[in-house]
Amino acid sequence: MAEVTKLIHNYLRHDKKFPHVWCPGCGIGIMLGALIRAIDHTGYDKDEIVLVSGIGCTGRLPVYVDFNTLHTTHGRALTFATGVKLAKPGLKVIVVMGDGDAVAIGGNHFIHAARRNIDLTAIIVNNSVYGMTGGQYSPTTPYGMRSTTTVYSNVEHSFNISELAVTAGAVFVGRGTVYHAKLLEGLMEKAFHKVGFSVVEIISHCHTQFGRLNRMGSAVEMMQWQRDHAVTVEKAAQMKEAQLKDKFKIGILVDRELPAYQDEYEKVRSWSKGVEKK
Amino acid sequence: MKKKVLKELLLQGNEAVVEGALRAGCLFFAGYPITPATEISEQLSVRLPRVDGTFIQMEDEIASLGAVIGASLAGVKSMTATSGPGFSLMQENLGFAIIAEVPCVIVNAMRGGPSTGLPTSPSQSDVMQARWGTHGDHPIITLCPSTVRECFDLTIKAFNYSEKYRIPVILLIDEVVAHMREKIAISDEEDPGIFNRVKPTVPPEWYIPYEDTPQGVPPMANFGEGYRYHVTGLTHDVRGFPTSRPDEIDPFIRRLFRKISQNFSDLQIGESFMTDDADVAIIAYGCVARSAKRAVADCRERGIKAGMLKLNTIWPFMRSQVEKVLRQAKVVIVPEMNMGQISREVKRVNKGEAKVFTINRVDGSIITPQEIINRIKEVF
Repeated sequence: MAEVTKLIHNYLRHDKKFPHVWCPGCGIGIMLGALIRAIDHTGYDKDEIVLVSGIGCTGRLPVYVDFNTLHTTHGRALTFATGVKLAKPGLKVIVVMGDGDAVAIGGNHFIHAARRNIDLTAIIVNNSVYGMTGGQYSPTTPYGMRSTTTVYSNVEHSFNISELAVTAGAVFVGRGTVYHAKLLEGLMEKAFHKVGFSVVEIISHCHTQFGRLNRMGSAVEMMQWQRDHAVTVEKAAQMKEAQLKDKFKIGILVDRELPAYQDEYEKVRSWSKGVEKK
Repeated sequence: MKKKVLKELLLQGNEAVVEGALRAGCLFFAGYPITPATEISEQLSVRLPRVDGTFIQMEDEIASLGAVIGASLAGVKSMTATSGPGFSLMQENLGFAIIAEVPCVIVNAMRGGPSTGLPTSPSQSDVMQARWGTHGDHPIITLCPSTVRECFDLTIKAFNYSEKYRIPVILLIDEVVAHMREKIAISDEEDPGIFNRVKPTVPPEWYIPYEDTPQGVPPMANFGEGYRYHVTGLTHDVRGFPTSRPDEIDPFIRRLFRKISQNFSDLQIGESFMTDDADVAIIAYGCVARSAKRAVADCRERGIKAGMLKLNTIWPFMRSQVEKVLRQAKVVIVPEMNMGQISREVKRVNKGEAKVFTINRVDGSIITPQEIINRIKEVF
């Protein structure tokens, strides 16, 4: 308990009037806890961290924490973060987004940030729905599910955010759930240490909108669903494809070495000053 | 004492913008290729890395302005350059820079519109978009050069204003000025007067990032310098935190306007050419002001007392100078390469003192001195 109190006092903003905007039972609180613990473990100074977000429930997160915080326009968080990072490479830039923010309106920025391998960590809370605006379907709403704009049933197919990140060139991709809070913390910590574009996808729940419309029960029941459908990468390797049909993998999906953008751009700077190209 | 070294250069308008930006201390550019602004990107991609700056080509214009704002928040003077279609995409983040009060410079080399329009032909049809393109009630600063030298000078001014008033500044060039070449002389010793943002001097715990100061512009802390604060596109209180309290919203929005309105005199750049005794006055800007100047000279030779007010500041509108011209002249002509965007402003401030006539050209061709002379003959 003492540990928690210390973290709260150190990382939450005292001058920001709580309560926060999230519904009781929301997964973002668990994610915020994991984020703070992971940052605490890395030992970064609070002045060195820039926390950037877009719009939506997840976009509201930076206002509560005591870092340099930047709440940008919808879907554009990664572009602002790119500017911050390139202007001051010494800063640790972390971007938190929701699924609509990251892969619908911000989908283009997401794949290009991954392709460039900009040294950022993108943390994406995937709750399969636009929560703040009242439960409309998002690019991660599964086929056949209901939302307030697919009341008959969703006929679109969903993105797999982590696989998209892997294909686009991210050097580190991890997936967790808000049920597996300890694993999540570890994934974030690894992502922060990685140089290059790292992604942590967090499967979360929106019991207020998505859960209610699809009769998935309370926050607790939706977290039990996460527990029952998540399979660690290690365990999945020993399972047959048929067994994995309605499951999703959690853990480190990719961890590879590729040169980060700012290191490559340093080469451009030296070539521009007359240094011979090798 | 060192001798004053004059560098004589034959430059395009776009190239002069690059020289001006570097002189102003710009160290970050993010952009997306578009005609007729591309030369600015190309040149800065060569020049910026040499001075340890950063050039990046983003995936679109939305991303470009996003990166520019991010870099500015981190403490680096930043800019982007585009044309109409790209400027349309930038409107979203332009609004962010206004509400979050982030200094940055946006060059719009105007081409014919709407939509893809006329990529390689000049136009002045983005004047009102520069004023009201982004949603919500907001002030803006927009400058407009008509010579290559002014491209250099006004780019420096644009950076200075943006840093001084914590507001995005739009530099509206037209395709003619962007692409034409003129000789300009730049001296290395000449002090163009560079203004850098005012940083807080109080300890971090006393820092109020959006404080309502009498001057209207609160000091700006850069990310990573010990002042951890919140930047948001939501309407915020003096601490930067989102608010929906009417008593906090009202003074905030009014301050945004006040910081510009109480500094009108500092923001008005123009040139009065033979207006003191003019019976016929032309109010022009951009490449059209070049034709207008020639038309004035020709009219004077023929004994017509003509004059010209050239607007280098488009927004905020140079009301007092325009009113002076309206009081002096019997007839005022406003030639523009649009359907009448500045002429409406002139008519708005005219209190029946002069008759206001327009010349509107929207076919992608420039307005010639002869056209202006013909119009003067027609109405005067």
